[in-house]
Amino acid sequence: MNKLMADQQTIYNHAKEWLLTDTPASAFQAAAGRAYLGLLEFLKNRLAVLGLLIIIALVFIALFAPYIAPFDPILTNLSQRLQPFSAEHIFGTDEVGRDIFSRVVWGSRLTLYIIGLVAIIAAPVGIIVGTVSGYFGGFVDTVLMRITDIFLAFPKLILALAFVAALGPGIENAIIAIAITSWPPYARIARGETITIRNSDFIRAIKLQGAGAIRIISRHVMPLCLSSLIVRVTLDMAGIIITAAGLGFLGLGAQPPSPEWGAMTSSGRAYILDHWWLITMPGMAIFVVSLAFNLLGDGLREVLDPKSDD
Amino acid sequence: MIQQDQLLQVTNLNIIFPSPKGDVHAVKDISFSLGKEKIGLVGESGSGKSVTGRAILRLLPPYAKVSAEEISFKGQDLLSFSEKELRCIRGKEISMVMQDPKYSLNPVRTVGQQISEAYIVHSKVSKSVAREQTLKMLTAVRIRNPEQVYKLYPHEVSGGMGQRIMIAMMLIPEPSLLIADEPTSALDVTVQLQVLAILDDLVTQRGMGLIFISHDLELVASFCDRVIIMYGGRIMEVINAADLHNSTHPYTRGLLNCLPRIEGRNERLSTLVRDDAWLDADFWHSNDSDGIII
Amino acid sequence: MTQFLTQKRLKKTALKILKFLLMVAITFLGLLLITFLIGRVVPIDPVLAVVGDKASHEVYERARIAMGLNLPLWQQFLIYLSSVLRGDFGTSVLTAKPVFEDILRVFPATMELAFLATLFGIFVGIPLGVISAVKRGGFLDHVSRVVGLLGYSLPIFWLALLALMIFYAKLDLLPGPGRVDVFYDGIVTPVTGFMLIDSILAGEWEIFWNALYHLIMPATLLGYFSMAYISRMTRSFMIEQLRQEYILTARVKGVAEWKVIWGHAFGNCAIPLITVVALSFGALLEGSVLTETIFAWPGLGLYLTNSLLNADMNAVLGSTIVVGSIFLGINIFSDILYKVFDPRAR
Repeated sequence: MNKLMADQQTIYNHAKEWLLTDTPASAFQAAAGRAYLGLLEFLKNRLAVLGLLIIIALVFIALFAPYIAPFDPILTNLSQRLQPFSAEHIFGTDEVGRDIFSRVVWGSRLTLYIIGLVAIIAAPVGIIVGTVSGYFGGFVDTVLMRITDIFLAFPKLILALAFVAALGPGIENAIIAIAITSWPPYARIARGETITIRNSDFIRAIKLQGAGAIRIISRHVMPLCLSSLIVRVTLDMAGIIITAAGLGFLGLGAQPPSPEWGAMTSSGRAYILDHWWLITMPGMAIFVVSLAFNLLGDGLREVLDPKSDD
Repeated sequence: MIQQDQLLQVTNLNIIFPSPKGDVHAVKDISFSLGKEKIGLVGESGSGKSVTGRAILRLLPPYAKVSAEEISFKGQDLLSFSEKELRCIRGKEISMVMQDPKYSLNPVRTVGQQISEAYIVHSKVSKSVAREQTLKMLTAVRIRNPEQVYKLYPHEVSGGMGQRIMIAMMLIPEPSLLIADEPTSALDVTVQLQVLAILDDLVTQRGMGLIFISHDLELVASFCDRVIIMYGGRIMEVINAADLHNSTHPYTRGLLNCLPRIEGRNERLSTLVRDDAWLDADFWHSNDSDGIII
Repeated sequence: MTQFLTQKRLKKTALKILKFLLMVAITFLGLLLITFLIGRVVPIDPVLAVVGDKASHEVYERARIAMGLNLPLWQQFLIYLSSVLRGDFGTSVLTAKPVFEDILRVFPATMELAFLATLFGIFVGIPLGVISAVKRGGFLDHVSRVVGLLGYSLPIFWLALLALMIFYAKLDLLPGPGRVDVFYDGIVTPVTGFMLIDSILAGEWEIFWNALYHLIMPATLLGYFSMAYISRMTRSFMIEQLRQEYILTARVKGVAEWKVIWGHAFGNCAIPLITVVALSFGALLEGSVLTETIFAWPGLGLYLTNSLLNADMNAVLGSTIVVGSIFLGINIFSDILYKVFDPRAR
């Protein structure tokens, strides 16, 4: 038994040695070593790990919402309206007798849906605009960066409001509006990274081998922009959640009776004096999730992008 | 070596930087003393020469662990000094010129303001007096149009000019010891000698002590009275500059052999050989070389 | 020689300024183009809105031509451009007044709030940021980290509601929504539109104190977010500067530590901080939309929300242009300040 443990210990030591060597024998070993050090660094940041756990929990809750939520999130039950906390309704009930806990649980799906779609739309647009702009420079750069600046010249929420006003309220339109206002910073970051990468020797070498612009950008420049972009997108998730909730609060995002957290806060407003849990619980959910993304983003930044410190 | 009145005494200085991969022992048990002389501190990068200079001024970052039996200046024990007492030593008694004036000057203040500040800190005088003194000092470092230079910002002056400004700033409170940390390494070759000449003149005129930190053995040999050779945080050898070429120490010999010579020997230059045994303190004691004489 | 140099320099500066102005003009045009395009994608037919859906085809066509909607898009844009530049944003459906007039009336309320909030942000945020950078890992650094995290993670509307619930409804420490108590409403005639200034001008001190009292909660809330941002940025700028070698130079000179921090390091941070403060002011205009809605604060944010909920597109786009222009103006202003204060940018 002791021998087994000792063996394990030796294997562990060997693995550690292999990972941490100053003279890696292969690119894979080097990458594995870096990932290991990164992981150690990340795990040391307990708050970042907490953030990650909250986000994993959020995904879990969203996936299994029908099993976790004890009540239907939409069905009203007027006999149970405005109930305070109880064993049956742990977050109480709202003005039409819906279980707030169940609504918050179902709301996690909407939140994930919003941030997922925004990221899927905005991040690729930003990275394409930024890398193309940075790689080609000159006229292309000037035009693309002017357009980026024009979008940056609007406060995000105001522009999103104007878009939603034009497109009409609704969760899909809110997503489009937020995505339209989210890409410019990503373009800026990708452009900055591209400009430094563009002038490096390995890009020249690839060029000499005859690679075309599209290949260079997509295969060699974009992957190198990813780490700083991931950090930024993660940190932005918090802002996106808050903006989406703000739109919902103003009645321009998800429409009632859908259990969107911002809209729930809004409908609870009228009952603020005597029934505080109506606004407190969904708002708390928004807060916890965006806090989690901020914590995770900070942790990722320390690992992936140690230079920037803002 | 005739020791005039002693300025600085360092005994068994140790500097340790903690790091996640284990402590880095940057300086191990080094000792030396200094009078009103020019002493060269030579070594490769990472040999601990710069941190030694900063440790004397107690200006290493707080996470660095500095310990020593003694660091005394004019008989005062610097280790027992409070931060406030140290401030009266810094600049006023011991000053330091750093490597690159591009980084060591405050970019948003004029050159004149920065030099006068160094003066005002230690002598409570009016701004106009400080200004007069600054202009005098600028002339002393052979700047021909001090009035104009006074108003310039650091990014508007050349490297050589910047380093002369640094020297003016560090010498204006009339310290008795100057630590020059690679003061010419960031400069063009053509202005290096010019700056050195100014430094040399001023130090000699004012009868100051100088610790000249450099990786350039030849330069140090031609410029200093004594040379301390460091490797891996230890002192390998302390030798009079005049005797340098007769050194028998393998590391010193190695350093000397790496230098290209103009007088026609076109053999291949030898690469530096390093022996880990040198880092072992016992090695020196048992070999009884002339390595550690102080 | 020197004269030649200065002339050359003058020319260079003039060119720089011209280029800068051109950039500003292009950005502004782009801003208007976006609002114009947003106006065009509105699913509501603007002609139907005017003539009503029972109008005959002929009436409809005549109205369409009268509104210039038969012209090519670029001509419509030019017409739009010229009217916007004249300050004509159309008429609000909701108030039946010109949108521009409406905005002028409500704007001071927003400015008053945003201004006080920024002051709060600067005077609390900067010292907090500097101290946490100097004493990294110390108590105040942790405080500022928590303040920052909360600022980035708390939805402002929720925090505002909680604050109202606690300080107004439960504890009755602070007044509720509105700029002044109801019985003071309409006593002071607006001159500047700033309640604090107008009440002083009218000599109504009681109203001044009441207005200030009403400002505390919304201004502190908005200011909290601005403080969170400013303190985090100050901290990271300071950490960056404290690492620089000129800091070591100053210490070598024997300069006192507080002077090293506030004179040397902070002197170098102050310049980028101008931009940060400008950006946070812009963000406050944004935050005011939600805050004003909750505090029934009759400013631009509330105006915008009301217009949005009533599909009053002229008012929405007008407000968007105004906020966008102010945002742009702030950016230009901070750019200019940057160039004035940073010797390297001159």
